[in-house]
Amino acid sequence: MSSPTGKPVSPFVTLLDRAGMQLILGALIIVCWLSVRNFGSPENIMNLLLQVSTVGIVATTMLFCLASGNFDLSVGTLIPAGGVLCALVLRHGGSLPLAIIAALAFGAFVGLVNGVVVARFKINPLITTLSTMMMVRGAAFVFADGKSIGIANETMLNLANAAFPVIYNRNGGILFQITLPVWICLGLFALFGFVLRRTTFGRNTLAIGGNEEAARLAGINVNSVKITIFTLQGIVATLAGVLLAARLGIGDPKTAQGSELSIISACVLGGVSLSGGVGRMSYVIAGVFIMGIVENAMNLLNIDSFYQYIVRGAILLGAVMLDQLKQRR
Amino acid sequence: MTATPSYLQFEDVTKTYPGVIALKGVSFGANAGSIHALMGENGAGKSTLLKALSGAHAPTSGNFRINGASHVFNSTADAMAAGVAVIYQELHLIPEMTVAENIYLGHLPANRGIVDQKKLREQAAAQLKRLGEPIDPDTKLSRLPIGQRQMVEIAKALTRGAKVIAFDEPTSSLSAREIDKLFNVIRELRAQGCVILYVSHRMEEVFKLCDACTVLRDGRHVRTHEKLSNITPAMLVQDMVGRDIADVFGYTPRPHGAPALEVAGITGRGVTAPISLNVAQGEILGLFGLVGAGRTELLKLLFGAECATAGEIKVNGQPTPIRTPSDAIEAGLVYCTEDRKKEGIVPILSVMENCNMSARRAHVRFGGLINETWEKTNAQQQISSLNVKTPTPHQLIKHLSGGNQQKVILGRWLSTKIRVLLLDEPTRGIDIGAKSEIYQIIFRLAREGTGIIVVSSDLPEVLGLADRVAVMREGAISAVFDRTEASPERVLAQALPVEKAFVA
Repeated sequence: MSSPTGKPVSPFVTLLDRAGMQLILGALIIVCWLSVRNFGSPENIMNLLLQVSTVGIVATTMLFCLASGNFDLSVGTLIPAGGVLCALVLRHGGSLPLAIIAALAFGAFVGLVNGVVVARFKINPLITTLSTMMMVRGAAFVFADGKSIGIANETMLNLANAAFPVIYNRNGGILFQITLPVWICLGLFALFGFVLRRTTFGRNTLAIGGNEEAARLAGINVNSVKITIFTLQGIVATLAGVLLAARLGIGDPKTAQGSELSIISACVLGGVSLSGGVGRMSYVIAGVFIMGIVENAMNLLNIDSFYQYIVRGAILLGAVMLDQLKQRR
Repeated sequence: MTATPSYLQFEDVTKTYPGVIALKGVSFGANAGSIHALMGENGAGKSTLLKALSGAHAPTSGNFRINGASHVFNSTADAMAAGVAVIYQELHLIPEMTVAENIYLGHLPANRGIVDQKKLREQAAAQLKRLGEPIDPDTKLSRLPIGQRQMVEIAKALTRGAKVIAFDEPTSSLSAREIDKLFNVIRELRAQGCVILYVSHRMEEVFKLCDACTVLRDGRHVRTHEKLSNITPAMLVQDMVGRDIADVFGYTPRPHGAPALEVAGITGRGVTAPISLNVAQGEILGLFGLVGAGRTELLKLLFGAECATAGEIKVNGQPTPIRTPSDAIEAGLVYCTEDRKKEGIVPILSVMENCNMSARRAHVRFGGLINETWEKTNAQQQISSLNVKTPTPHQLIKHLSGGNQQKVILGRWLSTKIRVLLLDEPTRGIDIGAKSEIYQIIFRLAREGTGIIVVSSDLPEVLGLADRVAVMREGAISAVFDRTEASPERVLAQALPVEKAFVA
């Protein structure tokens, strides 16, 4: 019996190795464009971009969390909590900057707690953030008194609608535009992609994920890197929450349920390792868009949302198994 | 070539990985009732051969003939079924389970799926007794010292009826007494007619223990000596490296400067009595002791990897409070760990990343932006000056041999400004060629004025390198010798535990 390991590696396989998920994303776009009605319409693309922006924004910092060998579930409730807090401050007559700062400060605080508990007290990040996730959910309901809070502030509502460029159709309606949440998402992709690749903070993150003890003995301040990561994660999650609330026009403690799993699965789907040390922003972008496009296409095809869960789970499982196969070879 | 075929026969075993030929047509035989050494530099293919034999990585082509029957193992279970067991350097045991459970892992005596605890315990106890190691089978494995764990691993192999037992560097973390015990067990296995394959870098061990020897080089079979008694270590070394190594050390005296490191009364975990010591610039202080004497603990205290409870440290005459590794590195005091894999390298990062991770903070721009030019130049410079064998700086470090990984770790520290270098078992698991290169690096650094502490369990290594030898025993320094006074007997006498010194 001869094993396949001995064969010379074809350039095609090398290409798959290097850019597997990006290629799959490309293929997916082409297939959907050709076979799903309305997929390529300007309106749908606008929609798609807006839909993925929430997951995309939070995934940028989740990349750091996972790459350092950590895990953050609390983002799933920080998103609604950020929106609720922002709406609450606005309703009580606070100014918009104050409202946004309050929301982000809350995120930073929760992230800091996560980071300190994980780094200093050496508590498993899964348990730590599971606990804070529950507490933050409770806090969001307390802030909102169990109800959703309407937002009347015009500037806040305009935040979500601010767009550039805006292309009008012949009737004067909007043909295509890229709104602020999408720009922020793209901006964070670029920013954190750069931070991971080109700063000591980014390189230290990967080193810690690859071998924490070796990183510590190489003089890297492991605790402060971890605490920074969790704090950033908290801030970015509440930022996504503020933008979501602006889009919806309400601060609703019940939105974005289960989004922590969508965010983590998008990262893992793209090829970020759950055990740490491996991650790039291009992986995250691919993962976020693959998940988003599949969901979008299924909506366009009128597939029942119950089936959508099954499909999304199967895709994730398939991607992780593919990755494992790649590593074994 | 013997007339009768050997019990275990390697037949044209070849293993290729993408881009690498790890084994090329290796053929030789090992007889029942003999201890067969397998030698070669790191990267020579010994580990790959053992992995193929154990079924962990099936060979690309070729097969094994055991007692006349041809086998290809595609899994460890296949190999076990054919009576082959490989005992690796890192033992494959589960710390949180009992000794008995570990021995019978995978084939626990059971009655309709329910484990027969009584039978399990009795059988395990009997097996251990046969090995002359009466460990309570209910002990949790994590509570055993490493030597006894190895016995558990051997017992595990025997309960599966192993007739071919391969050992991969079994003595690398054992004390002298544990080694003696292990050797007796191995000889006993030989008497029972087992085939023993024995991989080691320690020449004395091989000559003491083994009957025959096969040398591999660059994945190829070089020579099999059927009778080890007919040859000399020098001949083996020549087979291994393909060239003569006259003197692996090449010690020459150097002038010493002002004190580089002054330690006064340091205490902490694993250090029972306050320790004071000095190392001058350009001086090499050897630190010898048995495993568990507190040598690694002392170095970790100095480096700030563990918290010292008391004591003062001066680097180049400056009082230097050290609470974390960063403090130590800042002061120019650096530490190469004993356990490269766990504490040294980040396996999934590149050689370049591993090399630059400590020094880069001194070269960043705008407070955190990486200086790509420096990163490339520095990695390239360390690779060439330390002679690291890697195809590119972007190669993942886990693909390098132990010696080359160690050189990268040295490069990591040489990229910073070092004044004091703490080396913990710098040549453990490294082949002779790379060892000698690392010795030359150590001497070069000393000549350049670095103060160096070398911890080693290998007495000839300590004596060959050091200007002075400090001996540790049970968490304290028991003696300090000048190079001229340090004879193996004197040093060893100070290292042995007091009450047992008479026995030994």
